[in-house]
Amino acid sequence: MANSATARALPPISPLKTRLRKSFFPTPLSGAISLAGMAFAAWALWHLFQWAAWNAVFIGTAEDCRAASGACWAVIADRWRLMFFGLYPHEEHWRSALGCLILILVIILSCLPVFWRPLRLAVLWVCSLAVFILLMRGGVFGLSYVGEERWGGLTLSIFIFCATALIGMPLSIALALLRRSSLPLVSVVTGMVIDSVRSLPLVTILFAVAVVLPILAPGSSGTKIMRVIAGMALFFAAYQSEILRSGIQSLPVGQDEAAKSLGLGYWHRMTRIILPQAFRRALPPTVSQFAISFKEVSLVIIIGVFDFLASGNAAYGSGEWAFTYVEVYVFMAFVNFIFIFSLSRYGAYLERRMRVGK
Amino acid sequence: MVSSSKRRAYLLQMVIGLVLVAVLAALILGAKRSLDAQNITSGYGFLWRSTGWNIGFSLIPYSINDPYWKVIAVGILNTLYLGGMGLIFATVLGLIVGACRTSTNAVLRAFGTCYVETIRNIPLILQAFFWYAVFTNLPSPRQAINLGDMLILSARGIFTPALNIAEPYGLLAGMVFLGTLIAALVLALLPRRDLKSRLLYPKLGRAIWFVGGLGLILVILLGKVPGEPLLLTAELKGLNFTGGLRLSPEFAALLTAMSLYGGAFLGEIIRAGFLSVSKGQVEAAEALGLSGWQVFTKVRMPLAFRAVLPTLTNQYVWLLKATTLGIAVGYADFFLVISTAINQSGQTIELITILMIGFLIINNLLAAFMNLINKRIALRGTQLRS
Repeated sequence: MANSATARALPPISPLKTRLRKSFFPTPLSGAISLAGMAFAAWALWHLFQWAAWNAVFIGTAEDCRAASGACWAVIADRWRLMFFGLYPHEEHWRSALGCLILILVIILSCLPVFWRPLRLAVLWVCSLAVFILLMRGGVFGLSYVGEERWGGLTLSIFIFCATALIGMPLSIALALLRRSSLPLVSVVTGMVIDSVRSLPLVTILFAVAVVLPILAPGSSGTKIMRVIAGMALFFAAYQSEILRSGIQSLPVGQDEAAKSLGLGYWHRMTRIILPQAFRRALPPTVSQFAISFKEVSLVIIIGVFDFLASGNAAYGSGEWAFTYVEVYVFMAFVNFIFIFSLSRYGAYLERRMRVGK
Repeated sequence: MVSSSKRRAYLLQMVIGLVLVAVLAALILGAKRSLDAQNITSGYGFLWRSTGWNIGFSLIPYSINDPYWKVIAVGILNTLYLGGMGLIFATVLGLIVGACRTSTNAVLRAFGTCYVETIRNIPLILQAFFWYAVFTNLPSPRQAINLGDMLILSARGIFTPALNIAEPYGLLAGMVFLGTLIAALVLALLPRRDLKSRLLYPKLGRAIWFVGGLGLILVILLGKVPGEPLLLTAELKGLNFTGGLRLSPEFAALLTAMSLYGGAFLGEIIRAGFLSVSKGQVEAAEALGLSGWQVFTKVRMPLAFRAVLPTLTNQYVWLLKATTLGIAVGYADFFLVISTAINQSGQTIELITILMIGFLIINNLLAAFMNLINKRIALRGTQLRS
């Protein structure tokens, strides 16, 4: 019965030729647009191929590049250490690379449903960030000490992202619960804080924590990277708490009432009944919030943090490679694209999966 | 008799309130002490002091002898200028992308998808840096790329033709244009409750456009310099171009990045709007004998616009906030001006307050305006949204 019903609902599959004609040549005008578009795409791809691969210089000096007509990937081969590790001491680069890999591994592991338990996630993130900081900072186990001001490059960008997530996530839960508090004073004050953070551009918040805070409270506000992470975590939490709050509000009231009638206290209701379901509903927007947050890490360059973007600027900015700005930016865009595109595809996958589950 | 849980709630709130007040007081006192230690007198008196520094770009005349309030006004104007232009270009691009993404043509769809997926997944600031590097590495004015005198690309900036009219008339023309636009918008947003106003307002609208257009032509003709062409193209004189309208590389880079990035996001929003128009509506319109273009402009477009307006508002506010990237490439927007002023005057708290209030006002005005449109165009009786 079910089979025949679905068979009737689906339209018959037309042969390939008909389908192709329908999507490329439905009318003469549309057919002309298709042909012109395909010709343009072929032309553009051909030129792109010639520039990026055929005529490109992959290894060599700046002089080789000037002689060639294609892209100069040699600048990446020459300066990749600067772009990935910043000003970290040269002989210790393996530590920065290892740290970066650990953090990427943590991000990938967190995407697996096996780890979707609060305790497992907390242990995974806290432990790996502690290992990362130990590894990068050194000063123990025979590792030489490297101060935070010398961290940089892609490793620093990913570290800022991970630390923002680790601090911002619990903060967002706290803010969401506080905003839903039954005490009017608490909910109003939290709401004011969240709304004013959300109405300001992130750049101004970073500026406030990095430049203004030391003027107002000199000597009592930690290193610059710590302040930047605090500012970014606050910004992330303000947005994420609204996502969570909408997840909580989308739950049927019956869930809370049923838990109350079973005699569960506030904490049990929240941690066992409400938050797990709210998180499940809020998962797709949460993943896209993470993607947005990853993009926003690039803004820290404005207040003088030597992140991936800043080290990329430095990679071509000096002397001999000054003409290779396109290649450097394309490379950085590509690296960013891999991270953000994967995150957004993952979010889309989760959304599909959850729709199927219903 | 107050129940014990209520009394507990009151007590708890009183304690929390006291703690909040104490923390705030400690923060303010600490800030005041450290400002006193740096010999900075707080207060807004500095706004009337002259700045003594110059800024890169200004729409109104500005010199280093002008006071602080004026430099802040210049910054706000620059932000509105960049934001306004960026919103317009991004919207046009978004409409094109949205139409491509929902087209029946597979090639157009593929182009739209490639564009959106590439642009959306690269940080905006990286794109701004990229375009800034491109625009500052353009050939020198002597070897400038000249696209039929309409667009001249050089390292000194991008030049387009400008109206060649005498100074006061130029300002007047701008004011007439803006005035007409505002009058038409206000009229379009006025409530039309009874039949009389519904019949009268469209006529009034046409009258406003007619009078405004006529006034604009009159002002331009009055301001025309005798013996010179009306449209002045940029010309190479010595090492640089003169005449015409110059867009600095900073402004051009930010405008390009914002338009492309905003276009990708707006395109997705507009696509969602087109998809939300039910098939039945389109089929009904076709059954009534409307042509493809009529179906698009009279049925799909208005319905899609209504569906996406709230999301569009959020994206507009976001784009306006993104103008703060001006500081990355050195465009004198509101934020760059404020941060320079903080460096120069040390009036940190006052200037940060001005910055926050300024952004709150700008963003809320834009959102309120969009919400007003939303309210006015909502289909009566069919939508739950108020």
